[in-house]
Amino acid sequence: MKSLEDLKRIRDAAQRKVTMRGKNDFTRILVGMATCGISAGARPVMNKIVEEIAEKDLQNVTVTPVGCIGECAIEPIVEVLEGEKRTTYCRVDVDVAERIINEHIIGGKVVEDNLIGKYRL
Amino acid sequence: MNELSLHILDICQNSIQANATLIEILIDEQPASNRFSITIRDNGHGMDEKTLSEVADPFYTTRTTRKVGMGVSLFKMAAEQAGGSFTITSKPNQGTQVVATFAHDHLDRAPLGAIEDTLLILILNEAGIDIRYEHVVNDRTYVFDTRDVKQILNGIPLTDSDVIMWVKNNITEGITSIHKEESL
Repeated sequence: MKSLEDLKRIRDAAQRKVTMRGKNDFTRILVGMATCGISAGARPVMNKIVEEIAEKDLQNVTVTPVGCIGECAIEPIVEVLEGEKRTTYCRVDVDVAERIINEHIIGGKVVEDNLIGKYRL
Repeated sequence: MNELSLHILDICQNSIQANATLIEILIDEQPASNRFSITIRDNGHGMDEKTLSEVADPFYTTRTTRKVGMGVSLFKMAAEQAGGSFTITSKPNQGTQVVATFAHDHLDRAPLGAIEDTLLILILNEAGIDIRYEHVVNDRTYVFDTRDVKQILNGIPLTDSDVIMWVKNNITEGITSIHKEESL
C-alpha cells in the first residue's frame, strides 16, 4: 500500500525541487474532456500524457482537462500552449499522445499528421 | 461510453462548470442484495426547477459551442437499461446530487472500469476543486479525500508528477483491497 509516509517523502523532495525552479515559460497541454471527448477516448489519452510527464520527469509541462471547443466530430482534441503559440491536434489516441510528448514537447517538432486543418478525415 | 467511470468523469465536469469547491463520489456495491449505486454530490451553484426538468433532455445544454448536451441523458440511459433508476435533485446556490442505481448482476450494467483514471483527471482540474471518493464493497470501505492529501502536502501542488503517481497507486491499491476475499 502506498502509505502516507511515502507521500511525506515526496512532499519533502518536491519542496527542494520548487526552490530550484523558476516561474518561467511553462508549457501547458489541454485535453478536451467533455462528453464528446470522453466518448472518443480522451481519458486514456490524458492519462498517457500524465504518465509520460512523470516518467520523463518533464519539469515545465502541465496537463489540464478542459471542456469542448465545438469540434466534437474530431475529438479527442489536444492543445499545446507555449507562450503565445497554440498548436491544436485532433483525433489523438494513445500513440499520437506519446508522439506529441516525444516529438513536439521534447523534440520541438510539431506532429503534422494530426494537426487540425491538416488531418484528412 | 462502456465504463461507468467514464460517465462519472462526464457528470463531474458539470460540477466543475457549476463552480463547485467540493465533489463527493460514493460507489456502493452490494452484490448480496444485487445493488450497485453511484452518488455524485457537489456544492456548486445548482439549478432551478425549470432547468432541472430539462437537463435529461439530450437537446438541452447551457453550452454555446454546440447545440446538444448528452452527458446526463447518457448516464440516465445507462442506469435505466441495467434494471436501475436515475434521480437528480438540485437547489440553487446549494448544489446538485445525482444518484444512479443498477442491478448488480444485470448483463447491461457496464463495469465501473478505470475509476483511478477518472479520479486522476478530476484531481488535475484547473480550479483545484476538492474530491472526496468513497467506495463501499459489502462492509468494506475505501476513502480518498484530496483535503487530507493537501494537508500533508503543505503547499506542494497535487499536480506534481510524483504526487499524482502516488495518488493513482493509492487509489488502485485501496480499491483492490476492498474487493479481496476475507482472508482466514
